[in-house]
Formats: sequence, structure tokens, C-alpha cells
Amino acid sequence: MTAGPERSGGSEAGWTPLRYGSPRAAFVGGLRRALGVPVIVLASSYLGFGALVQQIGLTLWHGLFSTFTGWALPGQVALLELYAVGASLAVMAGAVALVNARLLPMTITLMPLLRGPGVPRWAYYVAAHWIAVTAWAAGQRDCPLLPERERLPYFLGMALLLWGSTLCTTAIGFLLADSVPAYVTLGLVFVNPIYFMLVFAAEVRARGRVIALVIGALLGPLFYLVTPDWSLPLTGLAAGSAAFWLDRRMAAARG
Amino acid sequence: MAEPLESGPLWPYLAMLAGALATYAWRALGVALSGRIDPRGAVFEWVACVAYALLAGLIARMIVLPVGPLATSPLGARLAAAAIALAIFFALRRNVGLGVAAGAGALVLLTWALG
Repeated sequence: MTAGPERSGGSEAGWTPLRYGSPRAAFVGGLRRALGVPVIVLASSYLGFGALVQQIGLTLWHGLFSTFTGWALPGQVALLELYAVGASLAVMAGAVALVNARLLPMTITLMPLLRGPGVPRWAYYVAAHWIAVTAWAAGQRDCPLLPERERLPYFLGMALLLWGSTLCTTAIGFLLADSVPAYVTLGLVFVNPIYFMLVFAAEVRARGRVIALVIGALLGPLFYLVTPDWSLPLTGLAAGSAAFWLDRRMAAARG
Repeated sequence: MAEPLESGPLWPYLAMLAGALATYAWRALGVALSGRIDPRGAVFEWVACVAYALLAGLIARMIVLPVGPLATSPLGARLAAAAIALAIFFALRRNVGLGVAAGAGALVLLTWALG
């Protein structure tokens, strides 16, 4: 029997501090936080990944190995597509590094929010393996509201449930791929971009970051037409810097 | 040269391991750098803007210019399905699950109807 988080304080809406009482309760709290829409939707998107593994002619174990070691869906999908056309190891590693370059700023932003007293530094290197969009967005929002010693357990509870369920649905998607029509598989694959789009529409509030999303969405496809390999880091740097600068200008104009 | 690695049974695992290392390297570097960047400072906010912009660019590219099986569906169907997902999401009090289901379902129906 687990009590829900105790909400205290009369602060502004959406910024109510949380407290579970102990690191263990916070871990369970994280599990429960992920249970529901986040796990259903993320797990569903891995159905599509499992289906892709099967279509390329790889085995179930290859799919599970990828989800276990290289957890972060866009990079996993890019790797499969390159593998299917016979790309070299260097090209595959380089492409995945570019697709997943976002994990660097994401980790830099989330880590300070996971710090707790007495936690050894290596624990953060382990926890970093589970930084991916869903757990990151929820961690960015929830962790500042928690007492410091509850933050890392909360994140781990959330991330481990998400990770475990994506391993399951990688397998289920692989087994399903034979039995559903091609246009249903399309729908499964389409879940990825739509899911990421709605997660940001739901969770991002700060003005600078909203501007970054809008400019990034406009520049991403354009840059891809010019330079497919480099479009992602270039989009991030150009659109992110422009948004940062615009946000500062608007803040200065108002203040 | 000996037997090419590409035809061996370990090749898919090697490819995925390379991908996993390329993925984890960013996370490890992020942990190493995180203590040295002030979380309330301008650098932190700039890095966050870069992260969000990069992801938005990737999402838009996956919808507008997809690679893989999605490329076989009509562009109009993908754009309409994305618009339907957003409309349902906002109409139903920002419900991510139903928005995603509506968008994916719409793409399946539109592709089936147009194809």
C-alpha cells in the first residue's frame, strides 16, 4: 500500500511541492507516475520499432539487444535503416551520434535536478543511461518539486518502468509484424513523431523553449534538404540560439 | 583480407553496440559537464533551447520528410493526421494518449483510403 505524494504549500498552480517521505517511496512514486499514459504511449511506439526489426530480417534478440543497450528510439530507428542498406560501422555510429546529440544538453539540464546528498558520482553515470525524452520531460517538471534525496529514486522508478515496458513491446511488435497489414504498421511507426510533438505541446511552458520548438520545427526539414547528415545539430544550434536571443530581447523590452 | 565481418553472425550486434556507445557517450559527457554549468545561468538556458529546437527539428523532419516505411504514405495524409492529433489533443484537455491514437489512426485510415 503506497500513499500518494503529500502536497503541501499554497504556491501557484502547477508548482505544488511533492513529498513521498523516503527514497524508497519516491522510487515507487516514480513507477506510479510513469504508469498510465506515458508508459502506454512510449511502449506503443516500441511496437513500431519491433515491427521494423522484423521487416529488416533481424531476429527478436537483435531488437531486444538494441532496446537494452541503445535506449532512445530515434537513434535506434536510424541505426536500423542504415543497417538495412548495408552502411559501414563508422557511418552507423556517426549517424546515431548525430541523431542522439540532443542527449548531451538534455543530460546537462536534468543532472542538476537529480542531485541528492550522499549519492556517489558513479550512480549518476548509471542513471544517465535512462535519459530519454519521456522520462526527461517528466523529470524536468517533477524533480524540482521533490526533496533532494527523493529525486534520483523518483527518476529511476519512472525510467525503469518505461525501459522494462519498451523491452516487452519491442518483442510484441516483432511478433505482431507478421500478422498486421502494411498500413497498420505505418500507423505504429507514425506514433513516434506524433507522440514527441504532443509531449512538448503538453509539457513545455517557458517562453524561450516554446520559441525554440517553433523555430526548430521550421528549420529542421529545411536543413535536412540541404544537409541530411548535419541537419539535426545545425537546427539545434541555429534555432536554439535564435530562440534564446529572442527570449532575452523580449525580456529586456518588457523589463 | 579474412572473411568479412559484415557477413558474420556477430555483425548485427556489433552495429547495435556501436550505436549504443554513440548514444551513451553523450549521456556520460553530459554527466561530466553538468557540474560545471550553472543551472540557473544563461548557458543552461541556451543549452535547453538548443535541446528543444533539435528535437522539434527531428519531429518535423519525421513527419514532413520521413525515411523508411513512412515515406510510402502521402505527405498530405501525414500532415492531416498530425493536425488531427493536435486538434484532438487540445479538444480533450491536452490528452496525449488520445491525441496520439487519433493521429496514428487517422494516418492508417487516410493511407488506406488514398492508396
